[in-house]
Amino acid sequence: MMATLKELVQQGEKFLGGHRACAGCGATIVARQVLLAAQYPVVVGAATGCLEVISTIFPYSAWNVPYIHNAFENVAATMSGVEAAYKALKKKGKIDKDLRFIAFGGDGGTYDIGLQSLSGMIERRHKVLYVCYNNEAYMNTGIQRSSATPYGAHTTTSPAGTVIPGKLQPRKNLTEIIIAHEPAYAAQATIGYWNDLATKVRKALDVDGPSFINVFSPCRLGWAYPPEKTVAITRLAVETCVWPLYEYENGKYRITVKPKEKKPVEEFLKIQGRFTHLFKLKDQTPIKEFQAEVDRIWERLQKRTAE
Amino acid sequence: MIVARTGNEAMAEAMRQINPDVVAAYPITPATEVVQLFASFVADGQVTTEFVPAESEHSALSACVGASAAGARVMTSTSSQGLALMHEILFIAAGLRLPIVICLVNRALSSPINIHCDHSDSLASRDSGWLQIFTENTQEAYDTTIMAVKMAEEIMLPAMVTTDGFIISHGMERIELIDDEKVPKWLGERKVVNNLLDVDNPITLGMLDLQDYYFEHKRQEIEAMNNCLPIIEKVQKEFGDTFGRYYPIVDEYKMEDAEVAILAMGSTGGTGKVAVDRMREKGKKVGLIRCRIYRPFPKEAMLNAIMKVKVLGVMDRADTLSTLGGHLYNDCRSILYESAKKPLMKNYIYGLGGRDISIEEIEEVFEQLLKIKDTGRIDKDIVYYGVRGE
Repeated sequence: MMATLKELVQQGEKFLGGHRACAGCGATIVARQVLLAAQYPVVVGAATGCLEVISTIFPYSAWNVPYIHNAFENVAATMSGVEAAYKALKKKGKIDKDLRFIAFGGDGGTYDIGLQSLSGMIERRHKVLYVCYNNEAYMNTGIQRSSATPYGAHTTTSPAGTVIPGKLQPRKNLTEIIIAHEPAYAAQATIGYWNDLATKVRKALDVDGPSFINVFSPCRLGWAYPPEKTVAITRLAVETCVWPLYEYENGKYRITVKPKEKKPVEEFLKIQGRFTHLFKLKDQTPIKEFQAEVDRIWERLQKRTAE
Repeated sequence: MIVARTGNEAMAEAMRQINPDVVAAYPITPATEVVQLFASFVADGQVTTEFVPAESEHSALSACVGASAAGARVMTSTSSQGLALMHEILFIAAGLRLPIVICLVNRALSSPINIHCDHSDSLASRDSGWLQIFTENTQEAYDTTIMAVKMAEEIMLPAMVTTDGFIISHGMERIELIDDEKVPKWLGERKVVNNLLDVDNPITLGMLDLQDYYFEHKRQEIEAMNNCLPIIEKVQKEFGDTFGRYYPIVDEYKMEDAEVAILAMGSTGGTGKVAVDRMREKGKKVGLIRCRIYRPFPKEAMLNAIMKVKVLGVMDRADTLSTLGGHLYNDCRSILYESAKKPLMKNYIYGLGGRDISIEEIEEVFEQLLKIKDTGRIDKDIVYYGVRGE
């Protein structure tokens, strides 16, 4: 089951270079890793968002697999239709290949505007893997808050001002909302742990039903850090338990990467421009609250794993 | 086979005989029955369709887009707010040149909320790049649903076939059904140019077009619409040659020697024909024109029809809320701009939210038009006919 680097590099690339992503973009690494992990021929759909905008500027395409983009909020519904067509045409003998279907959406197209269609896709049990590349804001429109934006983060619609220190609400826990739908497989992953991600993709594509992977995907512009730090930040997110890596399968939770030592959240926060205002405050309450929220969710997850 | 069917039943029967690969839909009054009946055909194994009972009309049409891109023959049904919720995706389906057919039951748009017929829903979508065909009765709704599949696939544009909500959708009529096996035989297989499921030849669909290409691609879509009337005519003729029922682009009734006429769409065509017969019995030279193919707008055929009369009453079952009158009225005024000879024209906005239009009322409209013919004068060019206080 475990992927090896040797095995992955021997495959032809399914997400190619020459796209227009920023240096250090997390989303393109997500697309590349997910497609490399896929051991079946895949058909891909993408929601409107960074990944779509940077990869398909006519007449160029970075996708070396069949790809469709419809609108912002409907990649799950679109892929429901693609999968339904596949089933119908297979039944009629018009197609004989064993295909898999992957939908990509950012946090905007997944946590917010696209949540309804994602919920519908899972409830109807379409055999599609939905991958959310979660960069915690609406990035290609100029860094606005989404419901995935964490507490205290500065965005252009939750700016750090003299009275309000960035976003006042913690992020929506989408992975748990999806798990409440009881999909065939669900997980949180990140690109810094490529093997963990590849293993999860393979499991998700092998289950008979809908699957979901929420991939923590740094945005060097929106989060304001040097482009070479993308992967390092994902490792800090895991080590501080800001982004726990776990999976849900057959009704059971499992933490897939356990940090050796749980680091304080400051280490994750301090290297990103979106949180610098928190360190300038006399009152360190927002950082304490951030830590408290991370602790609460981490403890709850550990309990669920033990069940 | 002669049977009694409502409009919804007839459209559902057509869908059963078509046996599309995928139907994705969400129920909405008064189109609910189409989806409901189709679901029972799926449940009883009368079709082999993959049925996607979507969680909204937006997702229903989104799924249709995905399925059609994957090479499937795809249909859905909706009405009013449901079509409005699909609005965003209507443009995408047309822009991607995907032949999807919607069985649309016309119903007024909110607000105020209303479940009865007017044409505000489909007319609000008239600029989305879909073929729009308005049917007069159950037989025509049934026949056109079948024809629309072929038209859409040959033109590579999506199509909506409409019936008037409750009037046609729930009114039962005598219709002639085609034998089950003849429908798929006549339609043949869908020819797919670019297939999303062809993993050996991957395509990228729905790309980002900036200012360097968007216009050229849009122009091609416009060109498809500009050039498709002959294909529509051809398909209608093929249907007639096979099944014996011929349909026109523009329906003309007793227009040979008519001096005044009304122009209408949908079921009012039928009511109006009875009014024409009654007026003719009184020796009045009146006729009726029915716009069957509304998009693309049949400029030549429409001009040919309306130029025959001295006075034309344009009956619009929706308003543009633009101070300029109804949609059909504006289209006709537009095509007449370059004509040396123009009929006098009066616009009757009528029947909004299901307000009844009777044979007697249409006779009254004819009387008014005849008076205009005699006096050469129109007091008011746009009237809201049948509304209190007008």
